Amino acid sequence: MSEICLSVKGLNAFYGESQALHGIDFDIRRGEVVTLLGRNGAGKSTTLMSIMGLLKNRTGSILFEGEETVSKPANLIARAGIGFCPEHRAIFSSLSVEENLLLPPIVRKGGMSVDEIYALFPNLAERRSSRGTSLSGGEQQMLAIARILRSGSSLLLLDEPTEGLAPIIVKVIGEVIKTIKARGYSILLVEQNYRFAAKLADRHNIVLDGKVVDRFDAVSDAASLDHIKSYLSV
Amino acid sequence: MEILGIPIQALAGQLLLGIVNGSFYAMLSLGLAIIFGLLHIANFVHGAQYMVGAFVTWMLLQYLGISYWWALLLAPAVMFCLGVAIEYVFLRRIYELDHFYGLLMTFGLLLMIESIFRYYFGSTGLPYENPLPGGINVGFMFLPYYRAWVVGVSLVVCFGTWFMIERTKLGSYLRASTENPEMVLAFGINVPLLLTLTYGFGVALAGFAGAMAAPITNVSPTMGTHLIIIIFAVVVIGGLGSIMGSIVTGFALGILEGLTKFFFAPASTTLVFVVMVLILFIRPAGLFGKERP
Repeated sequence: MSEICLSVKGLNAFYGESQALHGIDFDIRRGEVVTLLGRNGAGKSTTLMSIMGLLKNRTGSILFEGEETVSKPANLIARAGIGFCPEHRAIFSSLSVEENLLLPPIVRKGGMSVDEIYALFPNLAERRSSRGTSLSGGEQQMLAIARILRSGSSLLLLDEPTEGLAPIIVKVIGEVIKTIKARGYSILLVEQNYRFAAKLADRHNIVLDGKVVDRFDAVSDAASLDHIKSYLSV
Repeated sequence: MEILGIPIQALAGQLLLGIVNGSFYAMLSLGLAIIFGLLHIANFVHGAQYMVGAFVTWMLLQYLGISYWWALLLAPAVMFCLGVAIEYVFLRRIYELDHFYGLLMTFGLLLMIESIFRYYFGSTGLPYENPLPGGINVGFMFLPYYRAWVVGVSLVVCFGTWFMIERTKLGSYLRASTENPEMVLAFGINVPLLLTLTYGFGVALAGFAGAMAAPITNVSPTMGTHLIIIIFAVVVIGGLGSIMGSIVTGFALGILEGLTKFFFAPASTTLVFVVMVLILFIRPAGLFGKERP
């Protein structure tokens, strides 16, 4: 078994008085794509926000490359080597495409170079001096992924990268994730689109009411797929 | 010399005065706009910080014999440190609260700082010798060197600041943090430190304007009081938080005010507010502001 990249144990998180996560447990090995699947409001995005330190009110244990990060502020967690691609992409409208791309500081060696990134996303190269938010939804999603590839982060948190995108773009995003996985990045993927996730991930975690209620290895058999589907359908 | 029965020298004189005033409006509203954009604090103490900048300049000469030219560097440096201290001790505690608390706190600081200076220095004002006496006759008017210097330096400072914010890497951190500080933090940038430094920079700009103003106006504890209201109007007209808006509006209103003084002097003090009301009717977000969806 390869080395553990991220290990989350008994993670609780709170919005004010109300508890959103009730003891989330899962881990990611180096180079794996692992998903958190679940319905709206199950706690998937909250888990990412908690790992990233953007939700400060959290307890439990989050070991990243063996180091406890549960009480660290977000900027130090990012510096440790976790890249965050949030839901709704958070592209900056007052920055050009290139400025958006270059915004995250290099936290470690081993990130992709700007040329490599532009080779992977030719659309972004063409529009590098356009305003960030003048891009299409798909291009903005690519930019949101692209900008965390440069920083040298080894673990990428992707929050619903296919949300609201046309099927053809979803396919492209899928190819991108395969490419960056092949480059050795570890990826935690939050999705509602499990068909998309099933093709990419090594393992799946089903999140329900702030807990991981079930786990599957890379699924191919119809029974498991149906089982996952039953968790996700309303 | 006359144009349409107007003595051109008198007109040019008022115009120059307007541009000089506009230089101060621009430098001050610029700092206010940067602070508001990033910290969401309506920095009511800005006028007092401008006043303290002028006093630091005066004290450097009076007590330490340090000339105007060094004070031009030292006064902003002192004010930067003061700004950093104010942010660290007071402001960072209220970011999570309603904007109204920021206004109250900075207004309180304004009252305190002004009172302290009034207690020690009285309110009559202290003279500061013009470091660039004399001037040159440019044909249609007499141009005092110091006023020309003020306008030139102010243009350099304003556009230098604009360049730093709009065209540099550090500026991209500032713009991004203005838009979405959480995300910038999640990229590993120390946003709280950025806020501290930005406030320090805004206060340093006010201090610099104060140092520039010392030889022109009497250095007095109330010199910033009437100015701060105009500066807020400039920021609102330019568009809250807009850098270019503040610069252009600052100069434009200075000039407009100068012209009004010439053609109908009684209206000159209210003109700024009339313009503000009109602009708010036509473009609620200000001339350079972005309409919020």
